[in-house]
Amino acid sequence: MNADAGTIAMPDTIDEALDAMAANPDLIPVAGATDLFVHWPEHLEAHERSYLDLSHLHELRGITFTEETITLGAGTSYWDVIRDPRFRDELPILVNAARTVGAVQIQTRGTWAGNIANASPAADGVPALMACDATVHLASAARGETTVPLADFYLGYKQMRREPDELITRITLPRRAYDFQYFEKVGARNAQTIAKVGVSMTHAAESGWRIAAASVAPVTLRCRNLEAQLDDEGRPASPDDFESALQADGVAPIDDIRSTAAYRSKVIACIIWHALA
Amino acid sequence: MSERNEGISRRSFVQTLGMGAAAGALQGHAEARLTGQDEGGTGIVGPGPRPITLRINGNDVRLTIEPATTLLDTLRVHAGMTGSKEICDRGSCGGCSVLVNGALTASCMMLACDAEGAEITTVEGLGTEEALDPVQEAFIRHDALQCGYCTPGLVVAARALLDATPRPSLDEIKQGLSGNICRCGTYTNIFNAVLEASGQAPVTDAEVNRG
Ligand SMILES: Cc1cc2nc3c(=O)[nH]c(=O)nc-3n(C[C@H](O)[C@H](O)[C@H](O)COP(=O)(O)OP(=O)(O)OC[C@H]3O[C@@H](n4cnc5c(N)ncnc54)[C@H](O)[C@@H]3O)c2cc1C
Ligand code: FES
Ligand code: FES
Repeated sequence: MNADAGTIAMPDTIDEALDAMAANPDLIPVAGATDLFVHWPEHLEAHERSYLDLSHLHELRGITFTEETITLGAGTSYWDVIRDPRFRDELPILVNAARTVGAVQIQTRGTWAGNIANASPAADGVPALMACDATVHLASAARGETTVPLADFYLGYKQMRREPDELITRITLPRRAYDFQYFEKVGARNAQTIAKVGVSMTHAAESGWRIAAASVAPVTLRCRNLEAQLDDEGRPASPDDFESALQADGVAPIDDIRSTAAYRSKVIACIIWHALA
Repeated sequence: MSERNEGISRRSFVQTLGMGAAAGALQGHAEARLTGQDEGGTGIVGPGPRPITLRINGNDVRLTIEPATTLLDTLRVHAGMTGSKEICDRGSCGGCSVLVNGALTASCMMLACDAEGAEITTVEGLGTEEALDPVQEAFIRHDALQCGYCTPGLVVAARALLDATPRPSLDEIKQGLSGNICRCGTYTNIFNAVLEASGQAPVTDAEVNRG
């Protein structure tokens, strides 16, 4: 067993945190802990790895709006976005997504960056951010900052473009005049539920359509083929190709405890179709 | 691993401490961090008990805990405050709800050491037996419980909701309390208690079930 198992490193600055990650890339970053604590060992000796507590890092907090960009520090919680009137006015898609994550007790602690790094294909924050063309900013002591578009961040189930010594430091979104924003999550109930199927969509004159789908593939999918099929009004060039475009995008759901492949295939197409109608 | 308290669970460990067992070797910086005398640099804490000061219901409470301990276990086992209930211990029932700087929080999903420096309000801090919180009074008047296990968490969640939204709609009440599960299914009475505590008229089962 790792000699440091069960220790919690508590850095005060990002640089200290990155040095700690460089010294021990096995450290598990802890943000809101709402994913990590689901499996938090009850017994001390069952803590096989050591932790890096990010929750004291003021540098990771804060939301800024500049003329062109919105920046969410990696410490930004769902609650921070729900309570910020700028999102209500400009990006209700993020507020709607945030309100479906667990319930208030989860929203106050859970972070958008934790949602990204947890890499669940059923996540709710990820598709909403993806439909807003989010960029993930990562930093390491050795290589400084790198950026990866969220739509290219995932390589396979729970596989992502994050090196072991890297932390997510912030998430940026281009500021756009969207004329359409849509978030839908189908779950067993309205709160405390993980998506059977999720869809996030935006449209702006400058960027065209963005469609992200959750729980229908090993990763949250950006549906580029379907986006390309749609005219500015959201009419598909050929309705018969709607489902084949989704398939080409990688929509390939499975049967699991939450739903079936057949249900998911049908519902994902229906949700998008009705949203566009 | 032997010096790392092998084979001792979070809870039994805590009880040992409660009986005055000596703390293990302290790492100076780590202790400083948890006692608020940090001089910079990455503190590494645990395993091994550490002193911690939490501000609970307006009082500074000094405790010695294992850093990997949740706020809920710290409240219940170390501070002896059992108002917050441990039901699921994984964020999904709301029984352990407390306010951390006013924000509704599942105390089972938070490290106690992350709550250092914050104002923690537990159900014990909401009212006294002589002067109940209006939410507590309304719960009694509406018989908004059966076994009562979910009640402390619901009272705290309702308080948080009313602090932010003094006259919530039925939908806002449902959303504000949606992290709190009542196995006995007393939801209509719970919603009516919150409506009354916010000066609003009660609803029927049919209205509750409508959407
Ligand atoms: C009851 C309950 C209900 C939930 N409901 C939903 C839901 O409806 N929808 C949903 O999407 N999720 C849900 N979740 C999951 C969870 O709340 C979210 O995924 C949340 O966004 C995780 O954020 P966190 O800050 O709590 O992450 P943590 O638990 O702290 O971390 C999650 C992962 O991200 C890593 N990490 C965190 N921050 C960083 C960083 N800055 N850099 C690198 N790695 C990092 C951690 O090491 C860990 O692997 C629920 C969880 C619970 C307990
Ligand atoms: S015990 Fe914390 S939410 Fe259930
Ligand atoms: S009254 Fe029994 S769980 Fe709510």
